[in-house]
Order: sequence, then C-alpha cells, then structure tokens
Amino acid sequence: MSVLLLLAIILALSGLAFILGRARSISKVSGNIRDLHSLPGYYGWHTALTVLFPSIVVLVLWLVIQPMVLSNGAAKFFPEATRADSVALTLALDDARRVSRGLDAMIANGSKSEAEIAALDTATTDVRALLAEVNVALGSDVSAESLDAAKYMRAASHSGGFWMALAVMAVAGVGLIFGLSQVHPEFRARNRVEKAVLGLLILASSIAILTTVGIVWSMLSESISFFKMYPAGEFFFGLTWSPNFSGGSTLGFLPLLWGTLYITFVAIIVAVPLGLFTAIYLAEYASPKLRSWIKPLIEIIAGIPTVVFGLFALVTVGPILRDYFAQPLGLGTSGSSVMTAGIVIGILNIPFISSLADDIINSVPQSLRDGSFGLGATRSETVRQVILPAALPGIVGAVLLATSRAIGETMIVTMGAGAAAKLSLNPFEAMTTMTVKIVGQLTGDTDFASPETLVAFALGITLFVLTLGLNILALYIVRKYREQYE
Amino acid sequence: MKDQQIEERAVTAHTPRITARKVNVHYGTSHALKDVDVDILANTVTAFIGPSGCGKSTFLRCLNRMNDTVASAKVTGEILLDGENIYDPRVDPVRLRAKVGMVFQKPNPFPKSIYDNVAYGPKIHGLTRNKAELDEVVESCLRKAALWNEVKDRLDAPGTGLSGGQQQRLCIARAVATAPEVLLMDEPCSALDPIATAQVEELIDELRSQFSVVIVTHSMQQAARVSQKTAFFHLGNLVEFGKTEDLFTNPKDPRTESYITGRIG
Repeated sequence: MSVLLLLAIILALSGLAFILGRARSISKVSGNIRDLHSLPGYYGWHTALTVLFPSIVVLVLWLVIQPMVLSNGAAKFFPEATRADSVALTLALDDARRVSRGLDAMIANGSKSEAEIAALDTATTDVRALLAEVNVALGSDVSAESLDAAKYMRAASHSGGFWMALAVMAVAGVGLIFGLSQVHPEFRARNRVEKAVLGLLILASSIAILTTVGIVWSMLSESISFFKMYPAGEFFFGLTWSPNFSGGSTLGFLPLLWGTLYITFVAIIVAVPLGLFTAIYLAEYASPKLRSWIKPLIEIIAGIPTVVFGLFALVTVGPILRDYFAQPLGLGTSGSSVMTAGIVIGILNIPFISSLADDIINSVPQSLRDGSFGLGATRSETVRQVILPAALPGIVGAVLLATSRAIGETMIVTMGAGAAAKLSLNPFEAMTTMTVKIVGQLTGDTDFASPETLVAFALGITLFVLTLGLNILALYIVRKYREQYE
Repeated sequence: MKDQQIEERAVTAHTPRITARKVNVHYGTSHALKDVDVDILANTVTAFIGPSGCGKSTFLRCLNRMNDTVASAKVTGEILLDGENIYDPRVDPVRLRAKVGMVFQKPNPFPKSIYDNVAYGPKIHGLTRNKAELDEVVESCLRKAALWNEVKDRLDAPGTGLSGGQQQRLCIARAVATAPEVLLMDEPCSALDPIATAQVEELIDELRSQFSVVIVTHSMQQAARVSQKTAFFHLGNLVEFGKTEDLFTNPKDPRTESYITGRIG
C-alpha cells in the first residue's frame, strides 16, 4: 500500500472522527449545547486530532526507521571485507537498492512473474541486461550477493509496507476510540485543541530556525575540511586570488571581499538617495491618484529577474560608462566594471527602498504633521525635521536590508563586473565578488576533496557572517532609536 | 486691583484681531459650517462650545487654514486677521500659521528632545540670532508653560518621554515659542487628568496677557472658567456669541439654554 493512499485513509478517518466526536458531544447533553464546556466543533477537532497525530507520528517514524533496518539486514549478504569499509558498503547497498527497484519494475511491466524473479540467478542469466531493459543502468555486472541482497530488500520492504499500513491504521483506530471515550460535557476540548494549534505554530516557526542552523552546520563542516587543507591565515589575509584546479592555487579572500564591498558601496550610494527621494515624493507630495499610478510602476522594477538586469548592465550601462566616462577620463577600457554592476544593482534596489520607506513614512502619525504645519513649518521643513527623524529607525532597517541584498547579488555582478578578482581603487575596472566566485568554484566538474571546490563553502560562511553582522547592526540601530523616540 | 482689571478688559475689548464674516465650510457634499460671523478680540480668551460635530473645531481650523491640508474641504466667506483676508491668494498659509499658532487635542510632541521641540518654531522662522538667544527663548517659553521646573535638568531627554499633561504643556510652550499673535487650542485638555487640566487652564489665563486665545472645549465648566467670550455652535450654525457670563447666566437662544442645562448635546 502506498504512503499516499495510507495518508488519504488517515485523513478520511480523522474527518470521520470529527463528525463522530461532534455528534457524540451533542448527544451527551441531549442537544443542549450550553451544558458543554466547549462548542461541539472543538470536541470534533479533538477527536480528529487523537486520530491524526499518533498515526502520523507512527507513519513518519516507520518511514525513517525501515530503510535503516533494511540496510542492516541486506549488509549480511555481503562479505566481511565489504562490511568493514563503510564507503564500499554504502556503494554495495546502493547497487542492491537499484537492483531491487529494477526487479519491481519487471513485475510491474509484466515481463517477469514473482516465481521467475525468485528463481533468478546471476550464474545463468545476464541480470544487468535484464535490468537495462527496464531502464535501470548499473556500473558493473550484478554479483550474486547483490542480487540476494536485492531480493531480501524487496521481500522485506513489501512485508514492511504491509505491517506499516496495519500499524498506522491500528493506531488511528485506537486513537478514534480513545478520542470518542474522552467526549463528555466537562472535558475541556477547547483548551486541548488550542494547545495543539499552539504546538503547530511553534513547529512552523522553529522550522525556519532549524533550517538556518542546518545551513550553518553544513557550511561549517565543509569549511572546516577546507581549512584543514588550506591555511586560514592565507585565506583571510591573502591578497591574490588565483585558483588552479590542477593544484597549487592561491586562494586569498581579500580581493573578493574588496570587490563585494566596493560594488555594494556603489549600489547603496545609488539606491539610498534615489529610493528615499522617491519615497518622500510618493508619501508627502504626490496626489493620491498619481501615487496609485507611480507606486506600482516603480514596483515593476522589483519584479524584473536579475538576469535581465544583468543583460542591461552588459549591453547598455557598461558600454555607456566605458565610452563616456572611463575612456575620456583615462580610467580604463573595460565595459564590465564596479560602476556598471554597482549602478545596476542600485537601480534594482530603488523600489525596494522606496516601497519600504514609503510605508514607514506613511505610518508616521498625521498628528506630527499637523503639529508642524500648525507652527508654520513648510512641507519640506516638516519632512526634514519631523517626519524623517521619526521614520529613521525604519529607514535604516530598509537600507541595511537593501545592503544585504546588494551583497548577495550574483547575476548582475557576473554580467556587469566580470570575474577577475582584483584589488584596485579604480571603479571602472572589472572586479568580482564572493557570490560570483562561489558559483564559479562549484560549477563544472567538481571534486569535493580539493581546496579549490571547498573554498566555496568558506566563502559562503564568511558571507553569511557578513550579512548576519549587518542584520545585527540594523537591529541595534533600530532599537537604539526606538528607545530615544518612543 | 479688581477695578484696574475691568478697566483693562474694557480697553482691549474693542480691538478685534480676527473678524470672520459669512464663513461656510463644505466637506465634499456635507455643509459643515453655515454663515458664521465671529470676532476674536485681542487679549481675550474666546471659547467655542457645542455638541460633537457642531463645527466648532472646523471653524477653529479655518482660522489658520489647517483645513487646507484636507483635500475635500472648501472654505468660503471672509476671515480677516488684522484687516487682511487670510484666504487671499497672496497670503502664504505657512506665514499665516506662524502668526496663528495651534495646540491640538492630543499632545503631539515631535520625536526630538524637549529643547528641540521648543526650539523648532524659532529655528524654522529664524527668530533668534544665536544659541544664547535661543536658549533664552526656550527657557522663557518653558517657564510660561509652567514646565521649566520639571524639565530644566533634562532638556536633552525626548519630549515623547514626558507624561500626558507635561507633553501638552510642552506643545503649548512649542506654540508660544513661535511668538504667534493668536493661539488656537483644539480641546487641549481632553486627554489630561484634572490636575494637568487645572495647570493648563491657569496657563491659558496667563497667556491672555500676550495673545488672543481661542479654545474649543467640550467642558462648559472649562469655558466658564477660562474664557471671557463664548460662542455656542449647533449643527453647523453659530447659535449665540457673547460675553461668557451673559451666555451662561442669561442665554438668549432656547437651544443655548437647553445645551448649557444639559438637555441637548
């Protein structure tokens, strides 16, 4: 029985439990609902939860544990030497698993019967060719042990599936009976259901946190293996970045950090004034009708994929900057440059800042504007001296969020600033950022045992720490001004 | 002493600062204020009373063109400040509001320090030449608002950190610092407790020596306590306007009598 079908059955059963639980609570008080502690619906929900929750737990546990048990059982078919080496054992088990899937496929398309499968023997038949017919490709001929293990896995997983269905349904049934037996007028069904909902909310919020922890952990473990191969001092303080996949690379991280910070700086210089001025115009000066047109138009920019922005940088901004600024000023002949990428990322961030800042400015109470106008202040004095200071914490938060986005931007940098890691002050020179190099080091044939590949993880975790630091700074600033103003 | 006061009042009673004639206000299709004629006299506290929605706040906001910020409001008629029509296209509402200051119902200190709140008006209007002069203005205005002793040691603290009554007195100090000729107050005590209310009322009485004060209030006792002239508004009409003691003791219009005796409103 498939897991999906089983899930459907559990859901149907809990639906039934809801109806039964609800009906039972009403009949307990012979229709006089006011005698119940909770509304009848809560009794229904509680009964449904006593069906759903334990059976899902059993299902999930079974799905996690069964493959482990199967692998342990199948390992017995392989010789001692294979079992001693964990890598060889994993490979052998993977093969056996693939063979067992192939056997299933043969049954499914009718080319072999159960009896024929049981009689299969590597000595008399070419199992590899048979498997190839059902689109299961193997790297080598199937060994006798592998076939035996596969047969065992098939049998065990079939009976496992049967027992799992039985166990889950038994738990669901017990849950239903238990849930129904709990229904009586004094039972506090509402409190129980609300507790369950609370649990669900906590679970939902913890998943995001756990994901972050998982990301950090996976990057950290790879970074540690990188630093075992490559000295951390040379990575963090090295002034040259020249990876060489045949060995002997110099992986100095400073040129990348410099490129990242330089491009981000240019982007913020472009985005903050333009975004902020847009927001002030929209929030304080534009008529409501005009605003309802301009705001969505600006926000269209936010919907353009960054690759398209990259094209814009490559074919328009880059050449213009080169022909009209870089070459006349004698600052270089490169179309891809820090300025190109920075300006385009800045434009990308304008709607982000303007939209956030517009909302923040709008949330400044009207009474402050009235107070200022009432003292004979002009609109511009009011904006500069009352509105902006009041909105400052939110605006700083918006700017730092935009900074994080600029730091993480990859596509525009790849197309607009090139891929040359350089330490230079000239903004019209091609440079590159950490994110571009992370992609660069991980694309193509990768060998996860070489420092050239693993450096991507070290860069990743550094980037993570960098943006985390920015976010903490943002929180600190916001909190500081909150204390002062509220 | 008492004779002297009466004499003073008699002298000043004949110099109107603001003269409003046939003022009508429309908010979209609703006619909020109908043909209102009022004279605001110098060195006098004028109270506007009436039930909610009677137009008293609307009229108050006409006097410094705060209704300009409401897009749907349309004001017709004539309001003269010292003989000049404030709705004349040549009049800059910004300069007008510097002359006709306003204190609002809810205390609305700016998110700045106490000092900067009071210094706001003098700074934007360039009323002082140097820091020392500004310090002097801030101190004298805080003294006038009876707040100096409470805040003199923490002028750098945020104005929003004060209590409700202190915040309102700060707002009054802020309005006074702009050196207006007329001070409009829109229910300045409605968010305050009785003690703070008493302080503000005392303050209003002191301010009378320098400004004309117009106060909108829901409390008839307050109107009786602080004002010399009272206007009663009802459903957008100015029903009765006269000396406070006359209006409360000997109302001419039956609607005024019903209101002040608590039968309508």
